[in-house]
Amino acid sequence: MSRTLKIALGVLLIAIFIVGPADLTGFGIPWTGLKRYGTYILTLWLVTAVAAMGVNLIVGYAGQETLAQAAFLGIGAFTTTLLQKAGLPFGLCFIASGLVCFLVGIILGFPALRVQKHYLAFVTLAFSVFVWLVIRNEEWLTGGVNGIQGIKRPVLFGISLRPALYYYWLVLTLTAVLTGMMWWLLRSPWGRAFTALRENSVRAESLGIDVRGYTLMAFAIGSGYGGFAGAMYAPLVEFIDPSPFALGASLQYLLMVVAGGAGSFVGPFVGAAVSVLLPEWLRFAEGFYLIIFALLVMLLMAFCPTGIVGLFERLTTKARRPHADDKGPTLGTGTGSTTVAGSKS
Amino acid sequence: MSEVMTAPARTMNGTGKTVLEVRDISKSFGGVHAVRGVTFDVREGEILGLIGPNGSGKSTLFNCILGQLTPTTGEVRVGGASVTGLRPSQLNRLGIGRTFQLLQVFPQLTVRENLILAGQEHEGSRLKRLFGPRDAGLTANAERMIDFFRLGHLSDEKAGGLSYGQQKLLDCAMAFMAGPKLVLLDEPAGGVNLTMLGNLKERLQAINKETGATFVVIEHNMEFVMSLCTRIIVLAEGKVIAEGHPDTIRKDPKVIEAYLGH
Amino acid sequence: MTDFIQLIIAGLATGAIYALAAVGFTLLWQTSQTINFAQGEFVMLPAFFCLAGIKFFGLPFPIAALVAILLSMLVLGVIFKFAVVDPLMKQGTLPLVISTIGLAILLREGVKETYSAEAQRFPSFFPNVNLGTAGFNVSADQVGVLIVATGTILLLAWFLASTKTGRQMQATAQNPTVARILGVNVERMVLYTFLINGALAAMASLLISPIYLAKFSSGETLGLVAFVAAIVGGFNQVRGAIVGGFLVGIIDNLVAAYVSSTYRQAVPLALLVLIILLRPQGLLGRAEERAV
Repeated sequence: MSRTLKIALGVLLIAIFIVGPADLTGFGIPWTGLKRYGTYILTLWLVTAVAAMGVNLIVGYAGQETLAQAAFLGIGAFTTTLLQKAGLPFGLCFIASGLVCFLVGIILGFPALRVQKHYLAFVTLAFSVFVWLVIRNEEWLTGGVNGIQGIKRPVLFGISLRPALYYYWLVLTLTAVLTGMMWWLLRSPWGRAFTALRENSVRAESLGIDVRGYTLMAFAIGSGYGGFAGAMYAPLVEFIDPSPFALGASLQYLLMVVAGGAGSFVGPFVGAAVSVLLPEWLRFAEGFYLIIFALLVMLLMAFCPTGIVGLFERLTTKARRPHADDKGPTLGTGTGSTTVAGSKS
Repeated sequence: MSEVMTAPARTMNGTGKTVLEVRDISKSFGGVHAVRGVTFDVREGEILGLIGPNGSGKSTLFNCILGQLTPTTGEVRVGGASVTGLRPSQLNRLGIGRTFQLLQVFPQLTVRENLILAGQEHEGSRLKRLFGPRDAGLTANAERMIDFFRLGHLSDEKAGGLSYGQQKLLDCAMAFMAGPKLVLLDEPAGGVNLTMLGNLKERLQAINKETGATFVVIEHNMEFVMSLCTRIIVLAEGKVIAEGHPDTIRKDPKVIEAYLGH
Repeated sequence: MTDFIQLIIAGLATGAIYALAAVGFTLLWQTSQTINFAQGEFVMLPAFFCLAGIKFFGLPFPIAALVAILLSMLVLGVIFKFAVVDPLMKQGTLPLVISTIGLAILLREGVKETYSAEAQRFPSFFPNVNLGTAGFNVSADQVGVLIVATGTILLLAWFLASTKTGRQMQATAQNPTVARILGVNVERMVLYTFLINGALAAMASLLISPIYLAKFSSGETLGLVAFVAAIVGGFNQVRGAIVGGFLVGIIDNLVAAYVSSTYRQAVPLALLVLIILLRPQGLLGRAEERAV
């Protein structure tokens, strides 16, 4: 694919995302847009993808396991809701949500990352349950099992974003900004360090890379993305209670990222799509949806651990690659120039 | 006679000041004493060989010096200051590079990216690395290193696609990327063929001459170590049993006994 | 004071059950480097095997319990090993961890959809009588649970320490390569570990379900407690897992009585965080060296 074609496709895709759900009949285009529910699902996909992007940073790039993304989403959702009720504008609530989760991530990750590899998984597991207990028990703050109702969607420049389409556009903009930030992060020397510590943390450490520090930052930033997602989630659903922030939901975030393709930039978007759309498609299956999802993930792990993105890549590149396995340590087969140079000494 | 034939150009014969002091290092695992009270100095500019039969404690000693293991007793000093207990990354940023016994490059990154990675943590703050240029301003440096190790045509290749010998060169080049004052090489000649071996030795000597960097080398290939090093320390059963010029070591009956007696 | 002693006895009883689950978790980790995130569901499931045996096949309770144990060894031992762990081991740690999480969801939702979403009463092996005096309550149930669970653990400890197979299993756990050189059939020892884990989970399930009822979602709490017990004790130590199990059981009961029952679940978690902060190698564990 040439560069211009790629850019053209990208622009087209962005255009579809911007105008896709809108009613275009007024412009003479026979497209009535998405219904309110369709727009809601699309928005939910974006929100889920932001949280999944955070998980991908932690799991796919830093090589750790987090079982608390839904808890961070919860912290973000309640932070935004409570601050909005206190009269703060949405923009500030949004930033505060991400920041709070970032800080909590640092406090949580610091002790866990001192020890063994899987300890972060255990600590986040514990944290998940703890956050859920607080949300359920502290009625004065969170409304307990009854939750908080009537969360307002923000007003921007005097325009209320109450209509589903307007709120979608806000979420789309914020998602684009967060995606851009993630892209920048992964392309910076930090991204190189993340890749290095995932592939070989001992070697990375010996090259001066503060493995613990970088892993902690990946965890905290990833958790911050959970907070941002939570800030967008609360006004979207307009009602929050403890259930979407329970441990089971955190497990799902981890599974969707791995199913989509951990360590791939588009993986979280694919995984989030599967996770948001699958229950819609499998509506007939009702409770069996989760069983099907779990089976799907297990099969993917067994046959293609790089996830759906990896599966797609494998299918599309198969034709072009004559032999799959052309590396491996072949002893001392130096190529021309280096060998000739060496023989001079 | 033999001096002329076996000894390499000893331009910097370790007459300078002490770079690394190892003081009475011991390390035991449970009841096994892998290293028992090892003391030595490494002087600026020398190429020190560390040899000994299998299981003599060479690698354990290396790992104690480099912060990979915490020594049971003893102290490691760099430039006069104690560095015992520092983590490997902190030691590296103090100017101590290393390679591992087994090949350790990042196969998914290109040759250039591997080298930039090896240098990026040594300059500026972490915040600068987040908002600064993508290559951390190290592309020119990396290219110089690539040329020096004669990997010029491979800059944009994934390291995983290189031949074993080329990966070994890259591995070494990464250890030198940040301009370290001291580099510890763990069996650099392992698994490398003869021509590549000559190339490697010549490059190491050249970098020693050019930058004045000091080396400590663990090696089993006697020919390689005897012709590369300016001084040799022999370890057996966790203790230093001999120390001196390669030619003296070669003839030392204690060394011969340590190698043959097992 | 009598309250306190009663709570300690109750704590020891539940703690012994937690220890069963934690020991299985630790054994699996030692011999096959499998972090089983479905361990809680492994303890939840056998009770439903037993209930199904009674409900659908009309088996008497003791027979149904025995069938449940055997079925657990088959499903949670053999099938788990060959259908989940073996194929995924090749793909690395993360895929395996993810798969055990997937398996947890599968088992949980499977029970919910095929059996019931409601908590089920579960029969007890022990008569509901008070062994203490009027002012001092010790139920036969508690004593029975304590004896059976502790007996199982002692039996396992004896098996590991004193039989040839047990010692071979320990050798496999410590260093598979060396064990193989010494002529140990490593694959078979790993299979034994899975069988033992299945049986331990079934025992824990049959003992805990009369106390806390059998429910599809109870695996979440049980799994958490097993992790906490294993880590508190030292993660890679069977002895540690036993001590951890008892400790968590006692603290759990004391907190529920004296502090807060709404935050009862959070206490093992606080213990976990405390241990990780103060003694990351666990109470009985040795610090692992940073290896090259």
